[in-house]
Amino acid sequence: MKDWQYRLAEQRGTLTALTIFVVMFVIYTANHPAGFTANVVQTAANKGVLLAFIAMAQTLVVITAGIDLSIGMIFLLTNCLASWLVVGTPLETAFGVVVVLAVGALCGAINGAIVIYGRLQPIVATIATGAVYFGIALLLRPFPGGSVNEDLADALTGRIFGSVPASLVALAAVVVLVWVPFSRSVYGRAAYAAGSSETAAYMSGMPIRRGKFLAYTLAGFVAAIGGLFLTFFTYTGDAAYASGNAYTLFSIAAVVLGGVSLFGGKGSAIGAVFGALAFRTIGDLLFVFDLDPLWQPLFQGLILLAAVSLGAFALFRVRNRLEWFL
Amino acid sequence: MESAAPLFRMEGISKRYGGVRALEKADLSVRAGAIHAILGENGAGKSTLIKIMAGVVAPDEGQMMLDGRAVDFASPAAANDAGIVCVFQELSLIPELSVADNIIISNPPTRFGMIDRKAQRRLAEEALARAGAADIHPLSLVKDLPLSRRQMVEIAKALARKPRILILDEATSALTAADVSKVFAVLKRLRAEGLALLYISHRMNEIAELADDCTVFRNGSKVASYPAGSKSDEEVIEMMIGREYHSVYPPKPERALQGVPVLEARNLSWTDRLQDISFSLHAGEILGLGGLDGQGQRDLLLALFGVLRGLRGTVHVDGKPVGIGSPAQARAQGIGMALIPEDRKTEGLMLPMTVRDNLSFASLDRLTRGGIIDSAKEQDFIDRMMTLLAIKAGSIDAPVGALSGGNQQKVVIAKWLMRQPRTILLNDPTRGIDVGTKQEIYQLLRRLADEGAAILFYSTDYAELIGCCDRVLVLYDGAVKRELVGAEITEHALIASALNIRSVESMHEGAAS
Repeated sequence: MKDWQYRLAEQRGTLTALTIFVVMFVIYTANHPAGFTANVVQTAANKGVLLAFIAMAQTLVVITAGIDLSIGMIFLLTNCLASWLVVGTPLETAFGVVVVLAVGALCGAINGAIVIYGRLQPIVATIATGAVYFGIALLLRPFPGGSVNEDLADALTGRIFGSVPASLVALAAVVVLVWVPFSRSVYGRAAYAAGSSETAAYMSGMPIRRGKFLAYTLAGFVAAIGGLFLTFFTYTGDAAYASGNAYTLFSIAAVVLGGVSLFGGKGSAIGAVFGALAFRTIGDLLFVFDLDPLWQPLFQGLILLAAVSLGAFALFRVRNRLEWFL
Repeated sequence: MESAAPLFRMEGISKRYGGVRALEKADLSVRAGAIHAILGENGAGKSTLIKIMAGVVAPDEGQMMLDGRAVDFASPAAANDAGIVCVFQELSLIPELSVADNIIISNPPTRFGMIDRKAQRRLAEEALARAGAADIHPLSLVKDLPLSRRQMVEIAKALARKPRILILDEATSALTAADVSKVFAVLKRLRAEGLALLYISHRMNEIAELADDCTVFRNGSKVASYPAGSKSDEEVIEMMIGREYHSVYPPKPERALQGVPVLEARNLSWTDRLQDISFSLHAGEILGLGGLDGQGQRDLLLALFGVLRGLRGTVHVDGKPVGIGSPAQARAQGIGMALIPEDRKTEGLMLPMTVRDNLSFASLDRLTRGGIIDSAKEQDFIDRMMTLLAIKAGSIDAPVGALSGGNQQKVVIAKWLMRQPRTILLNDPTRGIDVGTKQEIYQLLRRLADEGAAILFYSTDYAELIGCCDRVLVLYDGAVKRELVGAEITEHALIASALNIRSVESMHEGAAS
């Protein structure tokens, strides 16, 4: 095999997710009454980026063979916090943004510390911390309310040069500034290695604890960016339990759509971002085809099931039954 | 041997796991520029010794000196930093990462805090070349490589760390003959460069070729250290097993095969890996599969056991054609097949589960009454197996992963013998097992054959095929190249047909004419 074939094989999950998204989005815009316009793209982007951030955060944990069921609650908690702090003069706003991001990172770090040093299973540990984070969010905002620096909010949810959605630019920036350096760093590789085979990684003398800790912490940080954007879109803080749980579950679906293995060690946050955008487009598709809202959840589930099944087609080609279990 | 101060010394090292003594006041002295072979049966304490050296486990007592200074390793990383690198028997590669990522895993070159992939690729290629494995593509994923290639990657990875002391624990057990000679050349070069090498192997001929010094361990203690070549093989084996060493292989009975073959394969083909394979196997017969590693032997066994899809050709049991679509069907009444897999840790055992559970897995259908396991019956079967195979386990309720390699392999065999199979397929069952257990397995196979089982036995060790088998099929590129019967089974014939040469003599003649 040539070099490029190996590189292509490595990116197959991401490229599949990209293809699914592009196909869905083309169908969507082709059937949209307004067609492919800056407005349509901006609306779609603003809907998609929230889940994209959460899916990116989930990916960071999933590659270590863990799972973060508190991610939606970190998202809510930072949203509620932002609705108090990201207000006022530019200086006060900047301070608020820093605090919100730091709190997100802290939530992630707590998850990481419990899982790594407390040796608890990620599923139970993050169910528990998720409940705690939601509790704090509820104390911060017992009722929906608060506000946000609207200048900043409008700038980050509007369009740049009249056509490019600012939220997409922000998403790309986070990918380039957070995900790419992490995945190419020694710690990032340690996180992958721990997900793939933790014993082998330990025997190789890799910094697995620090790698995993960094992955959990960055997951909280990226979820907080999602929380900030939620505040920018809604101008309020709202500790909505159902919404937090939905984001957690959808992020797992998006991660799988994006070609990230739930067994760890494989996949890319970029794939998960496209997975999230594709997932959101499913909802939009049903909208342009004018489906009764009552039927939407059912069809959303069916389309998701079909999309996830694409990954299983390879099993039909397996000639050696032992490969089913790999 | 006493001329230079030793590079590394261990004194009075002891280690216990629970109540089991793994090492008792063990000593070892390693000098630079020499290859030091460690010999001993499985369970003799070799693995524990090197795990302590490599920082994987901490000793209960005793001390280690490197360059005359006392050292103490808290983790494998600490031992690596001190220049002690181990090529483990259990591979330490990360399956989802590329070969290059794996080789440069501990301290990759970085630029601006990110891994410099070009530099990493260059280093990986250098290390692969140094290990004599330049044919492996640095971007391929480790999980896609066959076992023998992974082992070469493992060696390249160790070399990339620039060790002062390199430990090889059964590092050649999965290698093909061609790779072994490459690795030997590398090891000899490293010795010339002044490294200290510790070499652990069960293959006596490898030790004779490589070692400068030898140390024999038995029951967790050092028996003797001596310069290589100063003792005969028989003396060494006696030191290892602590009892007189008889012929390893049981005598082969003279017996005319009669009746319908228990198992018959007709024109089996599968993808490009198996080509038109036909053979028959009678009750009471041990049929060997030979040839170079990876010529389709494993695929043939899997095909018979119902694991492969799209298999062409037919399999006959007792003269009647059968369709075997899964291992569950293969082991069922009327067919009665058992497969002892190649990799006991993944395909043979559930390591964290108990010896008892592992022994019962393959025969639960026979041990249940109304869907409930009959524990009295289970206990009875297990007791018989523990005695029959002389399995040494602290308790049958201990996790099977805590047993030594030889005893784990016995559990895998016992688990299938519980069903009293009529046909037993074995995939290289003695790989990485000590001489004593190997001998017990050979005796067992012959006894099972005498009791009427039909045995198909794949081995990478030619001596085993010669010693155990009544007939041998030599495979090359997925096809049977030659069938050797009785006295025809010689090392010469096996090697010549494995390399697909009609005979070495005829080649010479061809070259002369």
